[in-house]
Amino acid sequence: MPPTGPDSSRLQLRLELRGITKVYPAVVANSGIDLRVAPGEIHAVVGENGAGKSTLMKVIYGMVRPDAGEMLWNGREVHIGSPADAQRLGIGMVFQHFALFDTLTVAENIALALPEKLSLETISGRIVALAQRYCLPLDPARRIYSMSVGERQRVEIIRALLQNPGLLIMDEPTSVLTPQAVDTLFGTLRSLAADGCSILYISHKLDEIRALCSSATILRGGKVTGTCDPRGESAASMARMMIGADIQPIRAVRSAATGAERLVVRNLTLAAADPFGTDLDTVSFSVAGGEILGIAGVSGNGQQELLAALSGETPLADAQGVLVDGKPTGRLDPRQRRAIGLCSVPEDRLGRGAVPSLALADNALLTDNRQSSVRAGFIRFDVVKAFTERCIAEFGVRGGGPDTPAGSLSGGNLQKFIVGREILQNPGVLVIAQPTWGVDVGAAVTIREALLDLRARGCAILVISEELDELTEIADRIAVIAGGRLSPAMSRATFDRDAIGLAMSGEWTAATQTQGADHVHSA
Amino acid sequence: MSIRLEARPQPSRTMIWLSPLLAIGLTCCVAMVIFAVAGLNPLSALATFIFTPVTDLYGLGELLIKAAPLVLIAIGLSIGFRAGVWNVGGEGQLIVGVIFGGWLALNYGPDGGPWVLPAMVVGGAIGGALWAAIPALLRTQFNANEILTSLMLNYVAQLWLGYLIFGPWRDPAGFNFPQSEPLAPAALFPTLIEGTRANASILLALVAVGLGWALMSRSFVGFQLKITGLSHGAARYAGFSPNRAVWIGLVAGGLAAGIAGVGEIAGPLGQIFPTASPGYGYAAIIVAFLGRLNPIGILFSGLLMSLLYLSGDVAQMSLGLPSSITGLFQGTLLFFLLTADVLIHYRLRSSTVATGAIAGSAK
Repeated sequence: MPPTGPDSSRLQLRLELRGITKVYPAVVANSGIDLRVAPGEIHAVVGENGAGKSTLMKVIYGMVRPDAGEMLWNGREVHIGSPADAQRLGIGMVFQHFALFDTLTVAENIALALPEKLSLETISGRIVALAQRYCLPLDPARRIYSMSVGERQRVEIIRALLQNPGLLIMDEPTSVLTPQAVDTLFGTLRSLAADGCSILYISHKLDEIRALCSSATILRGGKVTGTCDPRGESAASMARMMIGADIQPIRAVRSAATGAERLVVRNLTLAAADPFGTDLDTVSFSVAGGEILGIAGVSGNGQQELLAALSGETPLADAQGVLVDGKPTGRLDPRQRRAIGLCSVPEDRLGRGAVPSLALADNALLTDNRQSSVRAGFIRFDVVKAFTERCIAEFGVRGGGPDTPAGSLSGGNLQKFIVGREILQNPGVLVIAQPTWGVDVGAAVTIREALLDLRARGCAILVISEELDELTEIADRIAVIAGGRLSPAMSRATFDRDAIGLAMSGEWTAATQTQGADHVHSA
Repeated sequence: MSIRLEARPQPSRTMIWLSPLLAIGLTCCVAMVIFAVAGLNPLSALATFIFTPVTDLYGLGELLIKAAPLVLIAIGLSIGFRAGVWNVGGEGQLIVGVIFGGWLALNYGPDGGPWVLPAMVVGGAIGGALWAAIPALLRTQFNANEILTSLMLNYVAQLWLGYLIFGPWRDPAGFNFPQSEPLAPAALFPTLIEGTRANASILLALVAVGLGWALMSRSFVGFQLKITGLSHGAARYAGFSPNRAVWIGLVAGGLAAGIAGVGEIAGPLGQIFPTASPGYGYAAIIVAFLGRLNPIGILFSGLLMSLLYLSGDVAQMSLGLPSSITGLFQGTLLFFLLTADVLIHYRLRSSTVATGAIAGSAK
């Protein structure tokens, strides 16, 4: 007997949100959000970073209490106070960042999360049954550390499914998957939906949403800006709802390769410092001036180790290991490498690329040693301030001046500042990791154009990215890193998503010789 | 309605400086409670406690002479603290400074010469720096926690000095008291203000304030130390060596503490006792934090802590309370400071959200 239920003439909604509002001290994360999800529906929640998607999901999953609004589950009003409440109702969630114990087995990890106490054998039996039903091959006795990211995601999905959810929330699930693994995931989600489980699919990748979802709610600045059937929309029309303006296509810039190799790495082999890190195994490549080399791959395959070896955070034993314009730099520290023109941008902005609590001017000084900002050991504050202001102006950094703490800028603006800071050093070689990760579309365009401009000036650029779309947009050649080994680079003319996807699972000899992608699904 | 803490979007600049004042105010409140429990009039006892020590010129001199080592050591320690290097071995470094400076004074002081005192200052600085180099070496070579090693070395230094004073350095004419011969005039700081004990070592503390400010606020090395303390990731990315920060941080503290040790034996003490320091090395940690690791702030907090030492004597003489009340108030002050510092990053909010039904009502 739903006292406040909607007209249940056609069908009862699985979940309905009315006017959900959540205000944080600095920002209104959600403002009067309505959302309706039918049983068995795959419903997309689309929006840029900072649009309020994560807060809304946390409200539904009981991790955040809304300041206003009501929530109806199967037609009845509910108050969800904790994730345990949400699970009791039948809401499951698969997070973007997994919460698994590396040294425990699949079954042990899942047993820890279940409310009732069951024997490991019972749990293993259920895991195998679910795995077969939804094509999620998984060995309950395997330990987590030996699994790929895609396999770990399966553990999270099975863990959520064991509670028989009526609604499964998937937060940016494809950001860590190879293209082939994405196809497998979509198959699983479709068969789940066919069994009546509703799915809330959070993403900013419009192509995926159009392929998978039958309805979508679009958020911008904490408000709903539209609902649509993604199958009937174009990516451009959805993007307009998402960012409120047409996306400016990146200007095409002709390749400016000069032929002279500015960054050369030969047979780089490096044992990882972290026991769960990836050892680099005979990595070789070179980047010419005026060229962008993209390195694709699923995270955790040696990208961090490669970046550290190039930037100088992990000095090498062999000075010849990294050559910049022919100069051996293997043993130099990051500051020395920067002095000869090798600059880098790390993937995490806060806590590595910038110190959140310090002003932008201090953060400019962090890597600025090509601007004579230090004289006789003392800081020339006027030079640093002028440099900071130039960086802010030239790269359209909004939200602060030289005295603003870096942590108060939005992700996109801070990333523009960090990339701008390195570009203004006028580097001969730039190594940049995840240049547009978690950055809004407008800032992403600015950053990619800045990289293309830098390329046109003859800089050799290495882009390490998990976003294949980004690499195909700006890179002249793409190589794939998998298990600490680097594939041969493919040139722009021969980009092939299937081959790159195969290479991501470490199969590039097969990928370059056979065109078949069938054996991936048997993994 | 309940009161809860809410994260501020940015750290409050006002609270950074208001927090020490709040801590001082709260410590005064605790002091008054203690006075009341002891049967004294809280307000007049507090006034006696605070103002009596500095009512005459001699008292002001005492204030300066006690503040000087506190400020000096705190400046040195704050350089390390800014870099995230937790040197709590100031006491031991001070004592080794006493040993090095004392050796020079006892051996070369009687022959005189204007170079004796400067040599003692340099020798004390070297001694303190060497003592601080031990935890630095252990930290950079073996990743041994410098808090533990520097703290334990305090006891080693204390026992070393004790051995010297009870043994080879004991004054033959000292009636078997554990003390050295009085230092020769050439080994003593000249008095700065007639009628007081305030001597030229105060100038060293002021120089340290100036040097500390230039290093931490103006120099690139200071910037590197600050980055290392705030974010190891950013420091590694920028190419600032964490090991270099450990060395600079510890050695700066050792240098300052060693000089402070010389200032004690060549100043108010005039000879060497097994207890060369009334805990200046520890109190300076509080001074450094109370002064927000800022040289100017440290100057003021050093004066305040010095006053607490003097007030302890007053408490014993005119209020009938034990002088160890100084340590009690020092601890209370640090406690309230750390508590009030929460308000730099958080603010108090009264929440009026009704606590309604929480669990899922529809099953």
